[in-house]
Amino acid sequence: MDFSAFSSQFLVGLSRAMILFVVCAGLSFVLGVLRVPNIAHGSLYMIGAFAAFTIAKIVGGSVGFWIALIGAPLFVALISLIAERAVFCHLYQREHLMLLLFTFAISLILGDLVKIVWGAEYRTVATPPLLRGSVSLLGGSLPRYNLFLIVIGPLVAIALWVFTNKTKIGKISRAAAVDREMVGVLGINVSWVFAMAFVIGCSLAGLGGALIAPTVNITLGMDHSLIIEAFLIVTIGGLGNMWGALAGSLIFGVTQSLGILIWPQFAIVFPYVAVVIILLLRPKGLLKSVW
Amino acid sequence: MFKEIIRSKWFGFSLGLVFLLLILPFFFPRFYVYILALIYVTSLLAMSLNMVVGHGGLFQFHHGVFYGVAAYTIALMLKKTSLPLWTGFIAGPILAAIIGLVIGWFCVRLSRLYFGMLQISLGSLIWVIAFRWYSFTGGDDGIPGIPMPPILSSLKNSYYFILIIFVICLIFMYMILKSPFGSTLQAIRDNPQRCEAIGINVRRYQLIAIVMATFFAGIAGVLFVVLERSVFTELLFWTLSLEIFIMILLGGWFTFAGPILGAAMIVALRTFVGIFTEYWTLILGVVLILLILFLPEGVMGYFQEKFKLRIREAGKGDN
Repeated sequence: MDFSAFSSQFLVGLSRAMILFVVCAGLSFVLGVLRVPNIAHGSLYMIGAFAAFTIAKIVGGSVGFWIALIGAPLFVALISLIAERAVFCHLYQREHLMLLLFTFAISLILGDLVKIVWGAEYRTVATPPLLRGSVSLLGGSLPRYNLFLIVIGPLVAIALWVFTNKTKIGKISRAAAVDREMVGVLGINVSWVFAMAFVIGCSLAGLGGALIAPTVNITLGMDHSLIIEAFLIVTIGGLGNMWGALAGSLIFGVTQSLGILIWPQFAIVFPYVAVVIILLLRPKGLLKSVW
Repeated sequence: MFKEIIRSKWFGFSLGLVFLLLILPFFFPRFYVYILALIYVTSLLAMSLNMVVGHGGLFQFHHGVFYGVAAYTIALMLKKTSLPLWTGFIAGPILAAIIGLVIGWFCVRLSRLYFGMLQISLGSLIWVIAFRWYSFTGGDDGIPGIPMPPILSSLKNSYYFILIIFVICLIFMYMILKSPFGSTLQAIRDNPQRCEAIGINVRRYQLIAIVMATFFAGIAGVLFVVLERSVFTELLFWTLSLEIFIMILLGGWFTFAGPILGAAMIVALRTFVGIFTEYWTLILGVVLILLILFLPEGVMGYFQEKFKLRIREAGKGDN
């Protein structure tokens, strides 16, 4: 195995990990603040990808993708706000198993709604001209778009960190995660804090969907394959811990792409094996869980 | 043990129902006989899951994998080997139970949501292998056209075969859950700490329950192959596992027969809604949401509660 193949596989894995991270950070945020294991997160990711397709098609041209990158998360945020206000806000006191099945029901409904709105065909989004072609890096070559993803991932991580640690509303949401009643007693409208945390988490799913749109065929069923990976990543990282989500995504993405070098047919087995090993060694996840 | 079953208040009703189901194929068209058989297979699967979820309190999130493993085992044995036919029928459930033992051995170390997540990752590992090992399992084409012994070749015969096995399994499950073992399992569900304190080996009990449940799931998998004569990777995918979860929730998971009702409702819904619209999962989602909002104990649980309440009220009236 030569070094250039290794490093380009590693970088591809890194960029895949970054998309996983953007989605998982949202899932982890919702898990941490609201304690909702949100299976519908995968569907929102799929909706983000389809919305990016539609927006890029309507706007057209080279700016289409950039508008889609902003518009798709906003669209997903709108959907999640409606869902939160309509049903979720009545259910936070239920046990986790019920919430899990409930969000599964939401994901079934959203999956079929996507089928009604966008149909069952494959959709693709063109890569913007600025990000076409490839660059050589660390002795291997990497598509420019993947480099863009590698940059976006840490930006999202920093933005989320600043939000939860430096802004007032982020601090309130962290406090509400620990002791909801106490925060309510202090005269803060906890219900709206939760709604906002939910919307922020979900819009990250939409952003992830928009980011992956140019690299894959957008299709029905992409929600189900992603959400299970996302849940495993969040679990091995430590439920509700954003840095854990980052570590989990890196492990998941990099083991998969390096697995291609070792055993192409069963490359996808490697991340699952990694998850099993981590859960056996550290049952509560790599980093501290907020649960 | 048998005496208890005969004395149970539902015994007469169940006997009548089984008799009715035995004569149904003579009056019903083929399609309905097939649907009924599918309901038995799915019910058996749902009941096996309920052994660990409703009665054991474990987050068995990837139960479908054991069903799928047994189905694949018998399919591969009948298709690719020339071993005697009955060996496949036995090997399916046994292999499912062995995999249940291995996965369960790892999972019982963790608690609740972590248990479920580890099981999903181990189960997905099996799914991925079946999905990618094209030369052995047929990948996402699955294995169509599995040869069946001549005695099971007609639908009516396989209906009877499935019904008989289903009833035998139900009797065994009832006996297990009413035995001291079953009571201990339910005690562990309600208060694991206290059970540990009085010297019960909680993990061992849970592991035994998982192995039993996976064995029954394996039987369901074999019966599925008898009915469908094909296997595909969807049997091993996690969405099926959650669908079974919905069934036991729908029927009522703290009741014995609830999962049968839930499975029958889901299979009927899928079949008859599926005729009118391709968006049947949308309907399923709406049903599930209404269920969680208004009937969290399930249909059977709801009626059981009502029934008990009425008896209690009647008792009060007498005084």
